[in-house]
Amino acid sequence: MDDEGLDRREFLQRCGAAAAIAWVVRVATTEAEQRGDYKAADHLYGMAIDPAKCIGCARCMEACRAENDVEAGAVRTWVERYVLTTDGQTIVQAIDEKHQTKAPVDEHKILRTFFVPKLCNHCANAPCVQVCPVGATFTTPDGVVLVDKDYCIGCRYCIQACPYGARYLDTRTRTADKCTFCYHRITRGLVPACVEVCPSGARIFGELKDRNSPLARYMRFSKLQVLKPHLNTEPHVYYANLDGEVR
Amino acid sequence: MTGYMYPNEIELQWGLLIVLYPYITGLVAGAFILASLERVFNVREVQPTYRLALLTALAFLLVAPLPLLAHLGHPERSFEIFLTPNVRSAMAMFGFVYAWYLMVVLLLEIWFDYRHDLITWTAGESGFMRFVHRVMTLGATDVSPRALRFDNAAGRIITIIGIPSAFLLHGYVGFIFGSVKANPWWSSVLIPVVFLFSAIVSGIAAVLLIYVISGVIRRKPVDELCMGKLASFLFYALTVDFSLEMLDFIHRLYTAEESIKILSALVTSRLFISLVVLQLLLGTVIPLITLALTSPAFERRAIVKVPAAMRRRIFVVAAMLVEVGIFCTRWNIVIGGQLFSKSLRGLTVYKLQMYGLEGLWVSIGLVLLPLAILLVLIRLLPPWTDAGPPAHRAPGTGAVVTF
Repeated sequence: MDDEGLDRREFLQRCGAAAAIAWVVRVATTEAEQRGDYKAADHLYGMAIDPAKCIGCARCMEACRAENDVEAGAVRTWVERYVLTTDGQTIVQAIDEKHQTKAPVDEHKILRTFFVPKLCNHCANAPCVQVCPVGATFTTPDGVVLVDKDYCIGCRYCIQACPYGARYLDTRTRTADKCTFCYHRITRGLVPACVEVCPSGARIFGELKDRNSPLARYMRFSKLQVLKPHLNTEPHVYYANLDGEVR
Repeated sequence: MTGYMYPNEIELQWGLLIVLYPYITGLVAGAFILASLERVFNVREVQPTYRLALLTALAFLLVAPLPLLAHLGHPERSFEIFLTPNVRSAMAMFGFVYAWYLMVVLLLEIWFDYRHDLITWTAGESGFMRFVHRVMTLGATDVSPRALRFDNAAGRIITIIGIPSAFLLHGYVGFIFGSVKANPWWSSVLIPVVFLFSAIVSGIAAVLLIYVISGVIRRKPVDELCMGKLASFLFYALTVDFSLEMLDFIHRLYTAEESIKILSALVTSRLFISLVVLQLLLGTVIPLITLALTSPAFERRAIVKVPAAMRRRIFVVAAMLVEVGIFCTRWNIVIGGQLFSKSLRGLTVYKLQMYGLEGLWVSIGLVLLPLAILLVLIRLLPPWTDAGPPAHRAPGTGAVVTF
């Protein structure tokens, strides 16, 4: 080719390269900016759950699995269905993501029924953090309990120590795993996937310290309870008007 | 599965390998405490088993970390427990407790006890054994009366340090379970103490069995006085162990806390065979009655007098039942503690694998491995007091003991 100009192929190649560079620069700067802006110590996250609003659709479970690549057979969040019967029994089931959960008793015998979403309670006084022999499970300055997969030795003591059944062993990495409050989302100002998709607003996520956050407002106007308070784990997940049958 | 389990609880996390861990550590602590009894309290009758008990403790201690390693998701990262331990974690202390016991207590005690013999043996040996025994002396070949007195004194001091260390080793294993407040089956302040006494029981029974079997293999008569004393000790330890377990049981029943319904269901269904039949009936009550009647625990000549050969067999069967019972104790704690939901609403089942690292065969191998190691140790360091290579000094006395 002569020196007068670019041929079409060369032009397209250069455009492509320029676009790629622009994309990389944009992504890098966005991330860098966000990292720079985000100071974990300025935040303290929590979640409130309103069981009365939960309709048991399991969209939170699906969203969590998709967002966090949760392997089959394990859950980071789940929904329990409580069925109180007229003869005084309490039957509990975990809702199936494929919506195949059948009512455990004849509907005429049902006195009352309700749903309770569950997840890691991100305890301030977390037994899992206490027992981890190498410190692979830790609490972030913004109050989230996380697992360092590159550090976890897979002893599963944390799974035994969690009173809420929130932890499991990821058989692909052979390390402990659990809900992260979608840490990769919340540090970018988003809400966790389960909160994002909940159609009835049964999960309220936000800042515990900030008086104006949706969570703080909800907590001001609700009667709250935590799960298994006698264990003194100090959860950061709060339940509104919780039924005494829920454990 | 019956009732409701949290979804992540359906598969058990700690299997047969973790049952083996407290079982093997218990044998170590028990065998060592038996040896210490002889040395510190000068119980002459069990002297023929003194060195055998030490070697048994060492053989099992060398294997104790293996089930843990095999169970880890990332065994290659296990060294992190030493390098960056989380000091708030009970489990993080394992490495330090283990290293203390192995290095400071057991190896040192064995070395001081055998040093004189090692030097004597090298004089009459050649080739490989001579080389090995020479290396084992670590170059300390002084056999002057002063040096031997020092050996003896050092051994005694180490034993005195060793008894609380053995208590620490196994009490600590109990604490790993007892401190899990999330689990009402484990969470009990009594668990470390129960672990300790069941460890002593299993250790005495193991040494008794190994002593009798070694007698059969070597075609040497066993010392009847020693057998009687071992059986009496076994009876005493079993009584304390049984009382503690009953205390725990009655306390749970009487306080009847939130978990009582699910734990009752657990005991009467999933654990009926392993707890009620094997642990309590076969592993505790029957040996207790048999030993009470046939061992010299109450009277010098036992309540029911049986011929020596018969009595030996009774002791062996009782010791075997005790071993089965203690294994079931570990099983019922480790597996039983995971069979019910922490929602206290359901029970799951444990599916034992045959193959793979966490399978049955590996576990059988891990139980047999200490016995193989013990054979090698006995070869290298003959513990016999009867016709072994030079006559053995009774520890703490300096006198030559012959049988």
